[in-house]
Amino acid sequence: MSRLGKITRRTLLVGAVAVAGGAAFGVYQVRRPVENPLRPEEGATLNPYVIIDQAGIRIIAPRAEMGQGVHTTLAALVAEELDAEWESVRVLHGPPAAAYFNGALAHGALPVADYAMRDWQRNLTEGIGAATKLLGLQVTGGSTSTVDAFERMRLAGAGAREALKTVASGRLGVDVERLRTEAGRVIAPDGTEIDYRELAEEAATRPVPRVELRPASEWKLLGRSLPRSDMRAKATGSAQFSTDIVLEGMKFATVRICPHHGGGMASFDPAPALEVPGVEQVLDLGNGVAVIARNTWAAMHGAEAVEIDWTPSPLPATTEAMYDQIAQAFDARRNSRMRNDGRPEDQTAQIEVEYRVPFLAHSTMEPMGATAWLKDGHLTLWVGNQAPREHEKVAAEAAGVAREHVTLHTVFLGGGFGRRVETDVTRQAARIAAMLPGTPIRLTWSREEDMRHDFYRPAAIARMRGAVENGRATLFDAKIAAPSVTQQAIGRLTGRSMGGPDKGHVEGAFDQPYAIPHYRVAGHLADLDVPIGFWRAVGNSFNGFFHESFIDELAHAAEADPLQFRLDHIAPESPVAAGVLEAVRDLSGWGERLRAGTGRGVAMTWSFGTPTAVVIDLEREDGQIRTARAYMACDPGLVLDHAIVRAQMESGLIYGLSAALMGEITFTDGRADQGNFPDYDALRMHNTPQIEVAILQNNPHMGGVGEPGTPPAMPALANALFDLTGERVRSLPLQNHAEFLV
Amino acid sequence: MSISLTVNGTSYKSDAPPETPLLWVLRDELGLTGTKYGCGVASCGACTVHVGGEAVRSCQVPLDTVWGDVTTIEGMSENGVLTPLQKAWVHHQVAQCGFCQSGQIMQAADLLAVNSDPSDDDIDAAMAGNLCRCGTYSAIRAAIHDAARAMNGGGAG
Repeated sequence: MSRLGKITRRTLLVGAVAVAGGAAFGVYQVRRPVENPLRPEEGATLNPYVIIDQAGIRIIAPRAEMGQGVHTTLAALVAEELDAEWESVRVLHGPPAAAYFNGALAHGALPVADYAMRDWQRNLTEGIGAATKLLGLQVTGGSTSTVDAFERMRLAGAGAREALKTVASGRLGVDVERLRTEAGRVIAPDGTEIDYRELAEEAATRPVPRVELRPASEWKLLGRSLPRSDMRAKATGSAQFSTDIVLEGMKFATVRICPHHGGGMASFDPAPALEVPGVEQVLDLGNGVAVIARNTWAAMHGAEAVEIDWTPSPLPATTEAMYDQIAQAFDARRNSRMRNDGRPEDQTAQIEVEYRVPFLAHSTMEPMGATAWLKDGHLTLWVGNQAPREHEKVAAEAAGVAREHVTLHTVFLGGGFGRRVETDVTRQAARIAAMLPGTPIRLTWSREEDMRHDFYRPAAIARMRGAVENGRATLFDAKIAAPSVTQQAIGRLTGRSMGGPDKGHVEGAFDQPYAIPHYRVAGHLADLDVPIGFWRAVGNSFNGFFHESFIDELAHAAEADPLQFRLDHIAPESPVAAGVLEAVRDLSGWGERLRAGTGRGVAMTWSFGTPTAVVIDLEREDGQIRTARAYMACDPGLVLDHAIVRAQMESGLIYGLSAALMGEITFTDGRADQGNFPDYDALRMHNTPQIEVAILQNNPHMGGVGEPGTPPAMPALANALFDLTGERVRSLPLQNHAEFLV
Repeated sequence: MSISLTVNGTSYKSDAPPETPLLWVLRDELGLTGTKYGCGVASCGACTVHVGGEAVRSCQVPLDTVWGDVTTIEGMSENGVLTPLQKAWVHHQVAQCGFCQSGQIMQAADLLAVNSDPSDDDIDAAMAGNLCRCGTYSAIRAAIHDAARAMNGGGAG
């Protein structure tokens, strides 16, 4: 964490203001956006995280809680230093604010493999030009939240604690050094206790002293599996998502937008919709309609009833033609060559193969939705989102009000996976609210609208050349073609074009810790305008499959054990990565004889700072193939909450296995053929494997946990299928090639 | 014309069109938003509630066919006291995003009502219709086993 340490220690100016009956530590900065938080002379502070008033202690965890447990872990960082009582702390999403920028995102933008990054590179990450386009983004993504918050939020808690102690010292006439704090109180040597609530208002008027962070050996909350702050609400149905806000006089809306991507609406006839009981209005949104009704069901029925002439999509008419267009990128100049070891061009390939993977939907459990209300010129929104400032900006534009007249409440996200960075539903809700001023609008998309208007994980093709000699890989030469998520999604987010070598396009392929003498990875960007965006592990999700499937092919060609083959090549490059392979070997009993009808595969990927290895066991059962068991080992370095890390590993694995087994979006005339779960399913209770997870802490740098479980799941599954059947499958989903239990 | 129904012990009258699915009556007409919409075609289970003590997909039940008292997730705990099943859910820290969890809990409650000691195969069969995109299945399974033990007189977890 040294890179964050240097920056925060240089710039941290903890502050506080009085609020009714208490203090908000640093909150004044929320109202003073700071363009570049690295310039202390502008008064940057990174501490708008604690509010103490008569109601108690509230901690702002300014990252989207979408299931990954981030509210719990981020709040624990503050509570640890603040000596707050965990059970009594309330956790909030907080407002959109520049102060909540995600500094760790920029780290991922460096054109260097994480495992090979030098300390000076880690320290300078946020000062390097390549990263500046990401600065100031309050984005939840890239498995960065805990890494980013680790030092700042502990400092926030410590700063608040010391301010409270200073006030108590004055009141009690006791030196501050002799006071201690516990469970939300300052305690004097004679046992006198003062509740933080009684000190907070005065603490707001004092400068906050310099603070030092406690060593890990003194932690009481961090390092434990804490009760999640959101668990009770989610077990009782009281957790509020985007469409759970109840407002007086509310109307219910849905939309039907041109499903042929890039097409529009020539004309529409609202009459059939207006005959549907409960439908009140049909609004023209330009490229589709919104239907307003007394309830969502009437709105959805009404939307289906509107007669609409769509204009055609400019996209290739078939999925096969889209793949052809992606493959054309191989003929054009490469965009990147971020790995180029040895002289691959002089080597003779023994294996030359092509891989391909399909477009994928996010398919969050909660379809897109938002609640919006334009009242007396002020727009209030409730929307679960991964980028509050961008959503706020888009909402202001869509409603035609100034940004200061927008209040955006981030509520719980019913799954994110990158989808809720996108602002499309917020734009629609704000626009509809502006067309119906004074009326609160609850906008809910149908599942079909959600699946057909996604920003998909792109389809991709890889052309691989390889060779082995004496049991070792001598050549690994990959070319990867796909449309660029970086250019599309970051372009949409920042309004700037992202030129130059696209790291996201080749991450998971160029940056893996293998020692191979002739090792090259080239990225080719395809010119195809299917809407694409961030998806769980994005580039790593397809490159991990390409890379680790091909490593398996090389191991087979070398007549080597696939796990030992990996270890032989990884150990010289990264003891940390070798450690997770050894752990998964031991956990799975790799090498033991398996019973007949069983296949076993392994894969290891390094993504988002965390090497993760997976072993999958497949079993034949009644003519079908069951994904019976999964073993995982990861090394995210310092672990703050084991239960959450474990849950994220399982979650990432299941997300990856679901995609590898059955995920596929195809297009006809630019319209997604799949519309609902019967066409685009995922693993369920009965076909999810038993999972064992080993969590190591040998990595010297803290890595992410939300995404690293996804990339290795896919190749491990495909490699297990090869072990079972002897046939190498080079395209996904696997259910197109073998009969799985689904 | 208004239709009477009892939800969580409270009587309501609704003048929503009679074909309106129970899901949307609960969410939009009565303001009980704990029950979720996920697919509208009975393939995800997010909208599961009990009608006459039996788990149903409320997206498939027209208002005018509701044949018994309705219990939703809001009606599970009384006066803030969690049921043994919900306690097991909290103990095992089951929920991630949480969006499917109301439906998961209502389905699991139905399973335990008819099978006080379900095997793993029983759980597979009963819960296969409830999708969870976060993949909380292992925790759900553990929580159901634990709740069964607690309800049979053993201690939770």
